[in-house]
Amino acid sequence: MKKTFILGVSALALTLAAPQAMAAKAKEIKIGFVTTLSGGAGVIGKDMRNSVQIALDHLGNKMGGVPVKVLFEDDQVKPEVGKQKTEKLLYKDKVDIISGFIWSHVVLASRNSVVKAGKFLIISNAGTSKIAGRLCHKNIFSTSWQNDQVPMAMGEVLNKRGVKSLYIIAPNYAAGRDMVAGVERTFKGKILGKDLTKWPTQLDFSAELAKARASKADGVFIFYPGRATNAFMRQYAQAGLTKTPLYSVFSVDSLSLPKLQQAKLTNVLGTYSTQFWAPDLDTPVNKKFVADYRKKFGSYPSHYGAQSYDSIMLIDSAVRAAGGDLKKMDTMRAAFRKADYGSVRGKYVYGNNHFPIQDFYLRKVIADADGKWTTKIEQKVYTNHQDVYASKCKMKKTW
Amino acid sequence: MVDPHLLFEQLFNGVQYGILLFLLAAGLTLVFGIMDMMNLAHGSLYMLGAYIAATVSLVTDSFLLGIAVALPATLVVGIFLEVVILRKLYDRGHLDQVLATFGMILFFNELVRLIWGPAGIEVPLPSILNQSLTLFSIPLPLYRILVIGVGLAVAGFLYVLVVKTKVGMLIRAGASNREMVGALGIDIKKIFTLVFGLGAALAALAGAMAGPIFAATIGMGENILIQVLVVIVIGGIGSIRGAFVGSLLIGVIEIMGRSFLGDFFKLFLPDNAAETAAPAAASMLIYILMAGVLFFRPQGLFPARSG
Repeated sequence: MKKTFILGVSALALTLAAPQAMAAKAKEIKIGFVTTLSGGAGVIGKDMRNSVQIALDHLGNKMGGVPVKVLFEDDQVKPEVGKQKTEKLLYKDKVDIISGFIWSHVVLASRNSVVKAGKFLIISNAGTSKIAGRLCHKNIFSTSWQNDQVPMAMGEVLNKRGVKSLYIIAPNYAAGRDMVAGVERTFKGKILGKDLTKWPTQLDFSAELAKARASKADGVFIFYPGRATNAFMRQYAQAGLTKTPLYSVFSVDSLSLPKLQQAKLTNVLGTYSTQFWAPDLDTPVNKKFVADYRKKFGSYPSHYGAQSYDSIMLIDSAVRAAGGDLKKMDTMRAAFRKADYGSVRGKYVYGNNHFPIQDFYLRKVIADADGKWTTKIEQKVYTNHQDVYASKCKMKKTW
Repeated sequence: MVDPHLLFEQLFNGVQYGILLFLLAAGLTLVFGIMDMMNLAHGSLYMLGAYIAATVSLVTDSFLLGIAVALPATLVVGIFLEVVILRKLYDRGHLDQVLATFGMILFFNELVRLIWGPAGIEVPLPSILNQSLTLFSIPLPLYRILVIGVGLAVAGFLYVLVVKTKVGMLIRAGASNREMVGALGIDIKKIFTLVFGLGAALAALAGAMAGPIFAATIGMGENILIQVLVVIVIGGIGSIRGAFVGSLLIGVIEIMGRSFLGDFFKLFLPDNAAETAAPAAASMLIYILMAGVLFFRPQGLFPARSG
């Protein structure tokens, strides 16, 4: 009697367990990718989407043998829309992982939705100090950088180049103030003036440029992403400031350069910027990524694209580690933390806050062999640099 | 102490910015004042003008030709809009007009995206215009001097048109008493179409002139339209003279605020607070001025309607 009971229970247990064991490997992996596809910033989203496409091509549209589907959503650069789209992806489309995010304020608004749903969030660009610090989370990873790191690298460059005085012009919003704080943290010379302009509506910089010229600073430091780059560069030339060297972060990139070239703004050639990556960064993965991107889309990818490519490749490494079973959150997290995948920037490690500890380079704008304007790496500025907010993150590094 | 050179240069920048606002405000104030029509899509015509001028000048490599094509092309679009859509809205309330023209903004933004893509276009200038002219040891951008010249020419043209010609007389009459003009047997519909077309052409001129400074981008009209609305409220709705004075006032206040408010705040605030507060306060200045004008002179500085 007892034997039959045990047998019966075991059989029952088996039937219960069987479908679970069979379902372990997911039938399909769905990744929700939040970016900006409309408006002026739509070019960034397009570049990210193209790069995700290249990553999927390289993976044969499969991760660990499981077919992958990436669903793109447009945040319109609005935090409330970003949050709404994130929740749509989580609860309506039932995606397994959320990725993307260009804007700090959008990712901040959407963060809690992903955390609450118990999913992984792989940030492809937004480098807000809050998520690197106080708001870090075990399920959030970045494949980009923390905002301050890039301008900090620029500050070091200025010191090395003997720039004694600087004039700073940047937009008055979260990232703009981060950039200013970053360069001020490392630049040892004198800051002769600083203008924070209204963002994103102000595209006339005549007043600021006149002040910059009157200050007679050795150099001008700017941060003007997106369409503001071109407006700024053009007015910089027109204001007769071409003799004052311009140092920029997140402004002169593969997205703005074709436009600047179209406008024949030759004063951009030879200007310097800092970044963790450039199209000519010499790693096997990067060479393949850039070559395939250029072949497919006819232009250079930007850092936004490079980071998005990395996001997909990082996710792939975790899915493979878990054998395609997306329920194994701990296994996947451990794999994420190892960052053991082919990154465009080469091997890097994650800090305790899940932001990369990585190298930063000085880039110069040049014309390539075909006459196309691009950026070329001049020298390495930082080796294995970690952001300053990591200490504010309560997670401990156990890997 | 403020450097007099810098002060002069910022005054120049303010005037130049004001002139650009004037090109837009002139058209909008005519449409609003004479037709009693709230046209938010004025900014879309500005954008359209910028895109057409940019495209033509890229293809033909001639900036002048770009403007020469953009003006009549946008004028035709304007007249088409007036005849097909706006005419049906004259008898409706302002709210309906705002809704309909807001819809037009969305339509035009999408249309531009479909035709030209999301990225916007850069307008190459002849290299001579990308330089600056040194005057009293102050380098002034040559292109901005050109903008001022064009703006003054337009102001002169509008003055002659409105004050010295029969059409202008009808426009003025229409602005002060629409019904009476109609009662006197004037075909007010024709005047409306003409005025709207003129407004569209002026918006296109503003767009074409703004292109080489800001680049032609989607939604460029919405940003500037708010300031233009402030201009026409301050100047007096329907008044070209008001639009001119209002534009210069707003332009100069805007630039001066951005230039010197930070230093002024630093006199009594810690540096950090002054740096963050100044841009916010500078962008409020024009609205404070508008509130003041509305309080003391609700009809604007140069009211067009006297009845």
